[in-house]
Amino acid sequence: MTLSLPPQTSHPSNLQPEGWLRYLSFSLDHKVIGLQYLVTAFFFYLVGGALAGMIRVELLSPISDFMPRETYNEVLTLHGTVMIFLWIVPVVNGGFGNYLIPFYVGARDMAFPRLNAVAFWLIPPAGFLLIASYFIAGAAQSGWTAYPPLSLTTPAAGQVVWILSVLLLGGSSIFGGINFIATVLKMRRPGLGMMQLPMYCWAMLGTSILVVLATPVLAGTLVLLSFDIIAHTGFFNPALGGNAVVYQHLFWFYSHPAVYIMVLPAFGLVSEILPVHARKPLFGYTTMVYSILGIVFLGLIVWAHHMFTSATPPWMRLFFTIATAFIAVPTGIKFFNWLATLWGGKIALNSAMLFSCAFIVHFVFGGITGVALAQVPFDIHVHDTYFVVGHFHYIVYGGTVFVVFGSIYHWFPKFTGRMLNEPLGRLHFLLTFIGFNLCFAPQHWLGLNGMPRRVAEYDPQFTLLNQLSSVGALLMAISTLPFLVNVVWSALAGQVAGDNPWNALTPEWLTSSPPPVENWKGPAPLVTHPYGYGVPEGQIDLKAVSGLEIWSEGR
Amino acid sequence: MTILTSIPDPSPTPEAGALAADTEHVDLRMFGLATFLVADGMTFAGFFAAYLTFRAVNPLPPGAVYELELILPTLNTALLVASSFTFHRAAKELKQSRNGACRLWLLITASLGVAFLAGQMVEYFSLPFGLTDNLFASTFYALTGFHGLHVCLGDLMILIVWWQARVPGRFTPEHHFGVEAAELYWHFVDGIWLILFGILYLL
Repeated sequence: MTLSLPPQTSHPSNLQPEGWLRYLSFSLDHKVIGLQYLVTAFFFYLVGGALAGMIRVELLSPISDFMPRETYNEVLTLHGTVMIFLWIVPVVNGGFGNYLIPFYVGARDMAFPRLNAVAFWLIPPAGFLLIASYFIAGAAQSGWTAYPPLSLTTPAAGQVVWILSVLLLGGSSIFGGINFIATVLKMRRPGLGMMQLPMYCWAMLGTSILVVLATPVLAGTLVLLSFDIIAHTGFFNPALGGNAVVYQHLFWFYSHPAVYIMVLPAFGLVSEILPVHARKPLFGYTTMVYSILGIVFLGLIVWAHHMFTSATPPWMRLFFTIATAFIAVPTGIKFFNWLATLWGGKIALNSAMLFSCAFIVHFVFGGITGVALAQVPFDIHVHDTYFVVGHFHYIVYGGTVFVVFGSIYHWFPKFTGRMLNEPLGRLHFLLTFIGFNLCFAPQHWLGLNGMPRRVAEYDPQFTLLNQLSSVGALLMAISTLPFLVNVVWSALAGQVAGDNPWNALTPEWLTSSPPPVENWKGPAPLVTHPYGYGVPEGQIDLKAVSGLEIWSEGR
Repeated sequence: MTILTSIPDPSPTPEAGALAADTEHVDLRMFGLATFLVADGMTFAGFFAAYLTFRAVNPLPPGAVYELELILPTLNTALLVASSFTFHRAAKELKQSRNGACRLWLLITASLGVAFLAGQMVEYFSLPFGLTDNLFASTFYALTGFHGLHVCLGDLMILIVWWQARVPGRFTPEHHFGVEAAELYWHFVDGIWLILFGILYLL
């Protein structure tokens, strides 16, 4: 009600809590909601990380000796679900999306602030529901994919709670997606064209299209699965005349696009970070845009490459192999555009840049193993082995999570008005980089040699590589400490950042740090060249003007 | 719901529109609803795809067939299609400031929706199979049930706007988001039924 009144009669901040309390409230401010997402998701990252730690401890030895096998199943199910639905998806979509998108389109807030707050507040209850299931009835044991008939034969209570939790999180994701589509398409400041938007807007538009088209299919499928569990219908139960492969099709119709829901926003964020710290325009803006749209389209028609061992007919294998291989084209374009952005730039190798560059390396490696996995003969060999685990962790951790950390180093000054400590940031990067590669690179070898995933025991010949992998996981766990210390210490007593410590040109930097409610004191700046770093540094006068002038007069 | 009255008029001139970003943006609720309906439609699309695949590859137990009685469902289809037209009529009356006529047509629409649900109930109770009898039975109840839930919600929306419209000036010919939203939703539910009727009953 308050936001729909004209600002001169009632200011929205008047009816919202002030100070730190607003972060615990049903705030409608997109910046508050963005940080709520970030902090909540990071909490679940720590939970998911602890679960991963348990898995790696169990896998230190070939026999199942650290926890009961059922607990191991619960732990790996919770690890996957928490990391995907409660960490990656909320942090890159809800977190950075809510914080940045209104700035980038020149708006005061998202299109539907109330819906936005609802979308966020669905997440904590869903998350605690999921974790509570472990303590009350035993968590789900069928992995994050919940394939029937496994999900029908494991204990029902945990599986039903899992479904409920994922439905809530899916609802949150859909509400967020609707909001981003409306904001990017309809809330742009007058005079700002689509092809003048920072790349992250395009990434979020593409992601949100995938969210809106694919997430409901998962929701419907999980409802049917819950019928199978509770009412003993036979949709996906072969014993009752049902068809388990249909579940896989419907599940992957969401969950393959979900990979892009997790990684496209990271593409967008890295496209914002690289130009700023390389002091060069983003290379190939138009091709970047069409690549995103191409990935969105192709991402919707490649799902069955996860199912090459599910008795897929030859024509289906052929089609999905070719379609998947095609994705390498738009992603390859993006990869070379990032390289070209860095080429000859005045690169500042700070923490944000280090994480972004590591993203490029990991992503290309994960992308190559991805193309390999799309080839049927190879896929049948390594299906359900640790090769797949290595592959997707290179995409979601080496790709997305590295970008998330880079983005935190990049935008922390805007969030808090203070800089993060650079030496601690580099230590964090070094530990994460070494730990991550030590943890996941050996898993490719393990998979090629036939170690199956999701099993607590393994052949003794794999012991050494598993122990190396666990040491890597330990390093990753340790790497969180300098980061946490850095964030807490810098938020309280870090070096004051000023409005625009990076001399960046995108609109969120053309206001105070942290920004005021409604983002700008004066009129919103019209930024038509968000990557105009090509001119000599001296000609950009960031201090004398408020942003509006640079862009409406200077060029 | 008071939010409806506090939305200021959309900017009447381009100049005022250019300032929109600094004051108040245009009403995007219909856009948001349409996007949501795309998502909702994808849920149905998933169900339809599942049903068609089951039908193509999963044989039923002996005695069961993928076939249904047609008389009552056809009548039901006619009721639902008619209700879309009556809702359109209600909106038209509202746009011409005939509030009373609008409320009457809304009530007729709601009654048609209730009649549809009643017909669905009669069909449910007269069918020879139950939810868990075979794959077709389960899919039939899941699809029609999920659609019936949508009809229930739509009917509730119609009754709510019908009740709100009793206050003169609550909905004006220019501003009547509640009615507009309920109408779009109702047409959506109607369209879904036509697809559902086609693949479940006729195919």
